[in-house]
Amino acid sequence: MMDQIAEQISLIGQRIPKPDGAAKVLGRTQYINDMVLHRMLIGKILRTDRVHARILRLDISKAAALPGVHAVITGDDTPMIGIGVNKDNPPLKSGTVRCIRDEIAAVAAETEAIADQALALIEVEYEDLPAVFDPAEALEDSAPQLHEDKPGNVGLSYNISYGDIAAGEAESDVVLDETYDLHYVTHCCMGPGCVLAEFDAMGKLTIYSQTQYPYNFKMDLAPTLGIHPGDIRVIQPPVGGAFGSKLDVYPFEPICAFLAQKTRRPVKLVFSREEEFIASPTRQPVRAHIRAGAKKDGTLTFRDVNCLLNNGGYTSWGATVPYVMMRTFSGHFRVPNVEFKSTAVYTNNPFAGSFRGYGNVQATYVTATLMDKMAEAVGMNPIAFRLKNAQEPGEVTPQGSLLKDCALADCITIAAEKTDFLKIYAANAKVETGRYRRGIGIATSLHNAGGAKIHKSDGCGTILTMDDYARVTLITGASEIGQGIDAVITQIVAEELGVPMASITIVNDDSAIGPWDVGVHASRTTFIAGNGARRAAIKAKAQILAAASKEANVPAEEMELRGGHVVQSDNGVSIIRLDRLLRAMHFAGEDAELVMVTDYYEPPSEPEGDNHYGDMSAAYAHAAYVAEVEVDTMTGHVRVEKMTVVQDVGRVVNGLGIEGQIEGGIAMSIGYGLTEDLRIENGIVKNPSFRDYKVATAPEMPEIAYHFIENDTPEGPFGAKGIAELPAIVPAPAIANAVYNAIGVRFDNPPITPEKVARALHGGQDGGDQ
Amino acid sequence: MSSELEISFILNGQARSLIVAPSAVALSVLRDDFDLTAAKKACGEGECGACTIIVDGASVCSCILYAADLDGRNVQTVEGLDAGDTLDPVQAAFIETGAVQCGYCTPGMVMQIKHLLAENPDPDEAAIRRGLEGNICRCTGYSKIIDAVKSAAITMRAG
Repeated sequence: MMDQIAEQISLIGQRIPKPDGAAKVLGRTQYINDMVLHRMLIGKILRTDRVHARILRLDISKAAALPGVHAVITGDDTPMIGIGVNKDNPPLKSGTVRCIRDEIAAVAAETEAIADQALALIEVEYEDLPAVFDPAEALEDSAPQLHEDKPGNVGLSYNISYGDIAAGEAESDVVLDETYDLHYVTHCCMGPGCVLAEFDAMGKLTIYSQTQYPYNFKMDLAPTLGIHPGDIRVIQPPVGGAFGSKLDVYPFEPICAFLAQKTRRPVKLVFSREEEFIASPTRQPVRAHIRAGAKKDGTLTFRDVNCLLNNGGYTSWGATVPYVMMRTFSGHFRVPNVEFKSTAVYTNNPFAGSFRGYGNVQATYVTATLMDKMAEAVGMNPIAFRLKNAQEPGEVTPQGSLLKDCALADCITIAAEKTDFLKIYAANAKVETGRYRRGIGIATSLHNAGGAKIHKSDGCGTILTMDDYARVTLITGASEIGQGIDAVITQIVAEELGVPMASITIVNDDSAIGPWDVGVHASRTTFIAGNGARRAAIKAKAQILAAASKEANVPAEEMELRGGHVVQSDNGVSIIRLDRLLRAMHFAGEDAELVMVTDYYEPPSEPEGDNHYGDMSAAYAHAAYVAEVEVDTMTGHVRVEKMTVVQDVGRVVNGLGIEGQIEGGIAMSIGYGLTEDLRIENGIVKNPSFRDYKVATAPEMPEIAYHFIENDTPEGPFGAKGIAELPAIVPAPAIANAVYNAIGVRFDNPPITPEKVARALHGGQDGGDQ
Repeated sequence: MSSELEISFILNGQARSLIVAPSAVALSVLRDDFDLTAAKKACGEGECGACTIIVDGASVCSCILYAADLDGRNVQTVEGLDAGDTLDPVQAAFIETGAVQCGYCTPGMVMQIKHLLAENPDPDEAAIRRGLEGNICRCTGYSKIIDAVKSAAITMRAG
């Protein structure tokens, strides 16, 4: 029988639902919060109520005596080995507390109610110490010192210098001097922080974790627990959102492990929402002072940037975001002379972690609004001024990023054309009366889109096996955190192997099974794990076609995989059904083989060297977003009516997934620009609830128009670039520029709340800059 | 000190009775006593909608509803939709339109939309957005969820 197998429509670019969608809509998905293990106890943490204090007395005796309590631990029971970037944060604090979220004791009990009761029975006496909350004040000689080994309260510094600032300033016709105050916001994952830890009889730890970097998580967790990283197994049940918040080890994770170790039982620890607001990381707040110049013809001349980062009491990834910020300040637009200095300063505030956009949210808010200010100062429109300075394909940024296929000018041009930008911009600016005023604003940015080599390796491991029924198991190191890598990898493997997507199972939730991956960050997963999956599938295909060639005596290069068959490439006639071939390969006596391939994809990028120089990503991407807003000049309320997205995505792999990432990013960025503000006053979080911390809801979402630029970046899987952070980066400054177009007021201190707008328009304090 | 109460109610079509503490909230009872873990505790104060269930036809946040108030009521959770060979139109629409990412808000969203479409089978865009206002999603930006409501409404009106 000569079956002809019809050519398959490519899956790349289709709109593919997530494979885990059915379980999620049916409510069958078990998150860690939902899990119950045999003999499981509930863990709870006692946090301090002081911002800086010496612990004089910590009495756990009453708590320990409460029936149903199985363990109470303090810093006296656990090693003072720090976690985090500076290893300055022991899980349980002993002696001194440095911020309001500090963990000082923990209990494991039979029920949540007993655990709560036990916490209330712990007695603590403190001697308050002088505290400091402002990073500039914390740098003063007289400031309280937070960590003995960090004199002057300096946590981390990042500096770069290119060209000659003085020369750049000398040739400037216009110099702007601006200060931005970029605020605290937090991830607000719908699934609160939680962890479940269990030691087996051999003393090995199994930790059910929300982490988005399972392999290095073991390395970071092990020292404080005093066990070998190889004795930690990380299991990753589905996660209720992450957005960068789960890229580090936080105190509650080792604390839960200590409780499990002490009680010899599984212990689960779940945050309340209030705890989530107070004791999970924030986005890094930044005070940015920038001096920048341009010539009359619009040529940028120099940027001199000084950033103070409020590091809080301890150091997580927030303090490292300047290494992303500096690329936006020095590159993207051509700036010949750049000096960038940043200092993360310890204070008695809570601390920041990594958060989608990773410093580029802050840097782009500054640069994209500064570009508008500068355009106005030299008398150019925002589009022409940007095009004048836009970097071009083949250019290398001052930090060594090679922009192989830079689409910045295309992004700006298309965004302006699609929105009729200049006409609307000019018309809006003329309107100076009426309650409701309209504004249009553009913002652009650049982000790594082919991984980010911030570790020695930026790779991802993949294992692909096929069974006797041509079902595929694809084991990848890349984590699924809701973003949809499950769908993307399924598409890629199905595309290469010519099998139905339903025949593919993705396994990526167990560090004892999966090969190493650096983690879900830096918009890297589609690019890196997608390449890994594709390469594994190509290897499997080569093995299959070699076997088919032997079986059917047809040269391998004249065959392909299609519709579950090996077919002749020229006419699509089936040579053998794939499952039959796989069984023939398997049961071939001495020549028996299984399709069972591995791949480790290491992108062709380089780690940063001296002066933070290095081509650290295998691709870079640009975007231009245009916001159209309406400002109610009476109430100060800003409504985003439309967001036009022009983004270089290389190639769309999954239409549903890419739009979902962009829409979610826009919602987050609207929050950053307009409503979200974690208010921390004298070290205390004043609004730890969804009632008082306002994230975007359905009525606030604008109409969204898409214009994807698809030029197939050479190294990307099917040409795709990483896309997921730019949507969380670019909208907020586009909105700020649109607000300026509407009412002529600049806000360098987001969020642009109704209060700030109304005060700027009608007087009173705390307004914007006229 | 706390006297316990016996309550009887219809849970996903079945008559159920149990003893609850007066302080117990419906969400805890559903999750802990009936192993119905689809409804999620994400805020515990009725602000995010992740725990939404339907009680006598009204959508409510089960995290701030006393379990005692379930007595004599008809209670539906997402698990009650998990029957038969085909998905509920709202659930099918969620999958097809890409309205699911991390999935944590999804069961609450689905129940809220079930309620919304029962009240108004043909909601316009503004009514859909208003109807979802009490349900927070941090992943999707709501656009695909709004698409799912529109798609489900069409299916349900046709069906």
